[in-house]
Amino acid sequence: MSAAGHTGHGHDDHDNEEAHGSRKGYWIGFALSAVLTAIPFWLVMGRPLTDQATALLIMAFAAVQMVVHMIFFLHMNRRAEGGWSIMALLFTVVIVAIALAGSLWVMYHMNANMMPIHDMSRME
Amino acid sequence: MSHAAEFERDLFHPAEEPHHPEGSSTMLGFWIYLMSDCLIFAMLFATYGVLGTSYAGGPGPKELFDLPLVALNTSMLLFSSITYGFAMLNMTEGRQGATLGWLAITGLFGLAFLGIELYEFAHLIHEGATPQTSAFLSSFFTLVGTHGLHVTFGIIWLVTLMVQVKAKGLIPANRRRLMCLSLFWHFLDVIWIGVFTFVYLMGMLR
Repeated sequence: MSAAGHTGHGHDDHDNEEAHGSRKGYWIGFALSAVLTAIPFWLVMGRPLTDQATALLIMAFAAVQMVVHMIFFLHMNRRAEGGWSIMALLFTVVIVAIALAGSLWVMYHMNANMMPIHDMSRME
Repeated sequence: MSHAAEFERDLFHPAEEPHHPEGSSTMLGFWIYLMSDCLIFAMLFATYGVLGTSYAGGPGPKELFDLPLVALNTSMLLFSSITYGFAMLNMTEGRQGATLGWLAITGLFGLAFLGIELYEFAHLIHEGATPQTSAFLSSFFTLVGTHGLHVTFGIIWLVTLMVQVKAKGLIPANRRRLMCLSLFWHFLDVIWIGVFTFVYLMGMLR
């Protein structure tokens, strides 16, 4: 009953439809987020797995939860704003990936090579 | 003379130029602002990633972080996300009272989040873990504090819009503003996913 008024496809309410989603959509997003948040916290607090497996899993859960939020809360799709929203998002994701990976990579290697007690003769 | 002027106007303002209704580009513009905000957070995450293990002899994440508190904080932000969603749904249906009610509940969850975060910060500083203690804590307070500052401004914006809606009703301009705040609010929740995963959970694994 709540979202029944927004199934029409008139040109005028096409904005509304994309920008607000539906009650069901919000509940699905909320339930998925709750599960995707609870599992990483349980993995770290209960520690049923090795550290490395836990780290990889919680990063995967974070990535999935970000996508869930994008779809169900931010209502991202390929059609929003004539496709410009998704283009801006993809561009940002590329820049963020370069900035994060680049910083961590460069600084990790600089750190490794600046260790005062590191055996430099074995570095190549 | 008047004919020439008309010709000139047609030249510089072609009749077929598409008409843009007021505010039609606001949502895309605001989205691009959010993307630039995302870059600010990416830089702070990168800084934390680089400096997060430089404890300078001070305490590390395992001695400082309280995961049940972070879980409570996370749930506050998640609840505020769905209540803001309900406010937007009521706005679409034109129910002003319900919209204001859900906005108020959203604001309370936001305040609870901020309160818990400030309690955590006060607790850390009381234990001697101040931003000056180590590069780890400097980058921690900068990253988490910037997110908290965004939530603070989000709440101020929320209260402002509640006053606006109360005064002028759910007019198109107010609907547009509420949609912008909706993007902002949900965006902050997305950033928080990164914070609790990379800062708190990963910190406990070190």
